[in-house]
Amino acid sequence: MPETRVTERMQIEHGRPPVLLPGHDYSTVSDKIGSIVLSRRTPLGWFVMFGFGMFLVGLLGMAVAYLLYRGVGIWGVNIPIAWAFAIINFVWWIGIGHAGTLISAILLLLKQTWRSSINRFAEAMTLFAVMCAGMFPLLHLGRPWVFYWLFPYPNTMTMWPNFRSPLVWDVFAVSTYFTISLLFWYQAVIPDVATLRDAAVNPVAKKIYGMLAFGWRGSARHWSRFQSGYLLLAGLATPLVLSVHTVVSFDFAVAIMPGWHESIYPPYFVSGAIFSGFAMVVVLAIPIRKFYGLEDLVTMRHLDNCAKFMIATGTLVTFTYITETFLSWYGTDQIGKYWIWNRAHGPYQIVWYLDVLLVCVVPLLLWIPKVRQSTIALFLVSIDILIGMWIERVMIVVITLNTTHLPSSFGIYIPTRWDWATFAGTIGFFTCAFLLFVRLVPMIPIFEMRELVHETTEEVKLR
Amino acid sequence: MSSTLYGLLAEFDTPSEILTATQRAYAEGYRKMDAYSPMPVHDLDRALGMEKNAVPLVTLIGGILGGSTAYMLQWWINTIAYPINVAGRPMHSWPSFIPVTFEMTVLFAGIAAFVGMLALNGLPMPYHPIFNAERFSFVTRDKFFLCIEATDPRFDRVETAEFLQALNPRAVTEVPN
Repeated sequence: MPETRVTERMQIEHGRPPVLLPGHDYSTVSDKIGSIVLSRRTPLGWFVMFGFGMFLVGLLGMAVAYLLYRGVGIWGVNIPIAWAFAIINFVWWIGIGHAGTLISAILLLLKQTWRSSINRFAEAMTLFAVMCAGMFPLLHLGRPWVFYWLFPYPNTMTMWPNFRSPLVWDVFAVSTYFTISLLFWYQAVIPDVATLRDAAVNPVAKKIYGMLAFGWRGSARHWSRFQSGYLLLAGLATPLVLSVHTVVSFDFAVAIMPGWHESIYPPYFVSGAIFSGFAMVVVLAIPIRKFYGLEDLVTMRHLDNCAKFMIATGTLVTFTYITETFLSWYGTDQIGKYWIWNRAHGPYQIVWYLDVLLVCVVPLLLWIPKVRQSTIALFLVSIDILIGMWIERVMIVVITLNTTHLPSSFGIYIPTRWDWATFAGTIGFFTCAFLLFVRLVPMIPIFEMRELVHETTEEVKLR
Repeated sequence: MSSTLYGLLAEFDTPSEILTATQRAYAEGYRKMDAYSPMPVHDLDRALGMEKNAVPLVTLIGGILGGSTAYMLQWWINTIAYPINVAGRPMHSWPSFIPVTFEMTVLFAGIAAFVGMLALNGLPMPYHPIFNAERFSFVTRDKFFLCIEATDPRFDRVETAEFLQALNPRAVTEVPN
């Protein structure tokens, strides 16, 4: 069947590298992606990374156990900075999650074929990042075991949530975001676990994947409803992904603290979220495509496009820095002026300068095509962006709370070892969850790759 | 193995072949049939005589239910069940109810889309006779199948098999029930 094989002629599309390297047909993409889960040996690096992740998860367990025993006092938080690592890490993790939904939903609606090879693991990344994010506000509750008081349900206390509070909006925004992302992700997994069910030799694996596949049999009628549902979920997820970080930014913007009470917050947060999210996609994609030999499916074109997204959103973030600095200087609010001065000259000035360096200056390297084409350089810049965006949240949270309206209550926050242990623990949790996903679920949507094979062969026939 | 027959299964290599075969079978008058493919094939549902599906309607209903429930719940809680005076704002301060209303609209619509898709497809379905065909497992890899079912009024074990053979498939096999 020569007509269903991607050939050399398809390699150049408008002079750009292809989204699928030549030599693939329906069976090779199915076997190649499926075999990572079913038959190929797990690389040694997987076990090393998993062990490292489990070590950090153990640390998380200790930190959480001690937190439940002693209370949030083991963290460095106190008045006026009552909200430090818990909200910093929450915003950081949930921001990372944004790229997954952006790639899977918005780029699907925009018919960007290059999204196909990276959307599955970007979505998985979203799910795990939102899980990590959710831990922080839960642990910060003080009594996490009564977290369900946040939801409106009839109870013997005859109490109800106050829906005028952005913190209650947050509960709804984050839980909706997680649920919709999970459904969207799982729907696309169904046809692929059906592939694994039919390809598996191990009877136990066959049973498990068979149950997960719900008896999927690829009927044209089923595909029709599948595609309707998938497009609708994408359409629903698109405003959702923009709304989640908007609601997160309301946590700050609705408060009257200097530097928080700004209408620029929603777009500022959303662009920063997508910025760090694409950085995480690149950080995960580069080692995975190398260790699993997926350079022909996740090509330089994907990495290049991710880098361009980082350029765009990074420029937006820099722009908002300039805007808020200008408006504070230009405005009449004395404490607002002091707050922006305090950023550059106060006790946390190192945070401000590091932030500008890591978020505004270093990512400028991505404008150079050579940097975008070098996986090592791209990887390092992405790591820099992830650290930079974390520092940005430290700046937003700590430098504002540090200087409130009352100079008598100015204060300093220094994270304790338990703050660091909890944060490192979530990184370990994320690593382990992601490694398990790579091992157990096809990390590239197989059925979409078959569509891509079909489309690329059709294109050649038309020429 | 019993002698009852679920249908006749023809195997094809490409999306265009399965599409033509399905269109020809439909023109021939067969209605109780289904086409199976490893990925969505454009127009294949229409070739089977399927005009539109109900998933968008289910999703719309879910969204309307979710949004209206969320808004009414917030209104009831903040004005009747547990009124709190926050900075002298009106009890029914509707702008603050919009974020949760939006989130619940999306949540209910999304769940409706996913569950509706599965329910209308009759999934989860652990057993289906089509899996009895030996080569059917390739449907999730690289092969395309057309099955004309024995319950079709025009179905005839010999004639239908001849018709399918004329479509130039890789193979035609019987699917036991």
